[in-house]
Amino acid sequence: MNPVLHAKNITKYFYDPEKFQVLKNIELKVERGQFLSLVGKSGCGKSTLMYVLSTMDTDYEGELQIANELLTGKSQNALAKFRNRHIGFVFQFHYLLPEFTVLQNVMIPALKLGELTTAEIEHRAMEKLGLLGVAEHARKKTNKLSGGQQQRVAIARALINNPDILMGDEPTGNLDSHNSGIVFEIFRELTTVHKQTIIAVTHDEEFARRTDRVVEMSDGQIITS
Amino acid sequence: MVARFTSLKLSLSIARVHLFSKPKQTIIAMLGVTFGIGMFIALIGLMTGLNDFTEEITMTSSPDIHIYHDITEKRVSILEAVNPQGINVVHHQKPKNETAKLRGAARMVEVLRQDARIYGVAPMITSQVFYNYGPAQLNGQIQGVEILEEDKLFDLKAKMKDGRLEDLLAFHEGIIMGSGLARKLNIKKGDRVVITTPQGFTRTLKVVGIFQIGIGAVDNVRSYANMSMVQTILQQDKSYITDINIKLKDRHTSKTVAKELQTKFVYKAEDWETANATFLTGVTIRNIITYAVSFTLLVVAGFGIYNILNMTIYNKMKDIAILKAMGFAGMDVRSIFMIQSLVIGLLGGLLGLLVGFTLSSLIAQAPFDGGDVISLDHFPVNFKLKYYITGIVFGVSTTAIAGYMPSRKAAKIDPIEILRGQ
Ligand SMILES: Nc1ncnc2c1ncn2[C@@H]1O[C@H](COP(=O)(O)OP(=O)(O)OP(=O)(O)O)[C@@H](O)[C@H]1O
Ligand SMILES: [Mg+2]
Repeated sequence: MNPVLHAKNITKYFYDPEKFQVLKNIELKVERGQFLSLVGKSGCGKSTLMYVLSTMDTDYEGELQIANELLTGKSQNALAKFRNRHIGFVFQFHYLLPEFTVLQNVMIPALKLGELTTAEIEHRAMEKLGLLGVAEHARKKTNKLSGGQQQRVAIARALINNPDILMGDEPTGNLDSHNSGIVFEIFRELTTVHKQTIIAVTHDEEFARRTDRVVEMSDGQIITS
Repeated sequence: MVARFTSLKLSLSIARVHLFSKPKQTIIAMLGVTFGIGMFIALIGLMTGLNDFTEEITMTSSPDIHIYHDITEKRVSILEAVNPQGINVVHHQKPKNETAKLRGAARMVEVLRQDARIYGVAPMITSQVFYNYGPAQLNGQIQGVEILEEDKLFDLKAKMKDGRLEDLLAFHEGIIMGSGLARKLNIKKGDRVVITTPQGFTRTLKVVGIFQIGIGAVDNVRSYANMSMVQTILQQDKSYITDINIKLKDRHTSKTVAKELQTKFVYKAEDWETANATFLTGVTIRNIITYAVSFTLLVVAGFGIYNILNMTIYNKMKDIAILKAMGFAGMDVRSIFMIQSLVIGLLGGLLGLLVGFTLSSLIAQAPFDGGDVISLDHFPVNFKLKYYITGIVFGVSTTAIAGYMPSRKAAKIDPIEILRGQ
């Protein structure tokens, strides 16, 4: 079976303040349904790699393929469309839009995609919120929720278009151990029950140890995978 | 078919949320546009109203072409006449002692009346005179006319304040006097006034009517009398004519026709535009002022919108980054902010039209004394639709330009830079 994500020989440089190679010949294949954690010392290039994999960063050498589609060299507009359809991203912070309700926040990527009616989207958004255990807060403004709840809403939003890959850059980094545990359980369930592919950067050893596969980076290179 | 949410619709609803989440800011930006458009409408209404009003009274009071004997015109000296090849220097030439008479005027009038381009021809005699009524003595002008021809050119019937034009035909020794002149002399219809010519001849005439054209320059000095009467006062014969006034079917051809007539008849033929050059520059200046002031106000409003959008975008940097991370293209982000500026421009502009209309209505009702110069009791204000359309187009385009730059900046935001910053 083809991997859902295939990064071939990814290399990237930063030029400011001086030229420095942040990613060195990264090779990575991720199978569908895999729960992968990306670990490594601070500053080793984990976030930088995630931005490349998420198609937001196009300034790299090498090739990136997701869901059998070669993404390297595509236009910004095409990549935006691709992200919308195929990739869900969760950050350390929730980045929910403060003027909208929880439900509206979750609906936005699907409204953007425009494949379903508003009613269908709302129904699906409620489903995702239910999956993450925050359905009862659907009509609230996002700032009325706790940090853990907000992060779960952000995950629901990332899942609304049933993406091929859910990516997270320290998705539990800003949560206490209780909430981290909840988010981990949700991820676990998503991968086992819903065959959701997940790539998550983490500093939490406990979290990493319980995932299917741990990829370790050091100084811009993958050292174990 | 169930309606699908298009990207634009989504941008629209996000834009709406942004506008409503900061109502005070939105309203202030809108009021800037409102003020600019409102002032534009009020100013342009008043200015063009004044222009139209003056144009109309100038038009009805001056002929399209005026033929007369210009005795101040430079003439060929005797020296040049006898020695056309030589180098002749004639210093300080004195005007020749000539009368203002148009020779062969009757023939000219006949020829002119055959011309298909000409609507009406009115020959007449003009002379400076003194008006005496009791102790009051005033300098003025008398015109000997065929009153019905004059009416055909200048619609005098509508300008009569007292008496009728026909009374002049019936009463040979009658005179129709300008309203300003009559007021200064304290004369009423039926009074007798003594006319003294520059040659010292006097005659008593009876006032059979009072007219008012609306311009002080005419109403304060002019009277109409019968042509033969004026010829008698001036001790001239029946062929004595000093001016021919012409009204054309198309006023805009007056310049070319005047030129043609001048070469044909040798006498000076002055067209409407040349005679009213000062008035026409006044129109241009008023238009320049109106557009300059309105443009300035709108530019200020534009800067307001520019600032507010820039601020909004700065505050919403993270939101924009996450939208782009979720798959919003640059164009989607740009339309979110363009929509905001267009909504501000459109609503502010429409409100501005309303404010402008209200202001115009108030100005139109305000009493205004034109004094001796023009007879006006309130301001003439234009309510033409085309100015309202210009106003809204002007306002929306200003906001579109002001909104474009910040919107483009928002579209170009690199999400990684913002998201990494945390
Ligand atoms: N825009 C940039 N320009 C120059 N250097 C950068 C830029 N962004 C990151 N770096 C550098 O690249 C290296 C990798 O950064 P990156 O954010 O990927 O690290 P990380 O592994 O995610 O670290 P952490 O675990 O602390 O989040 C660091 O040394 C960082 O200083
Ligand atoms: Mg990082």
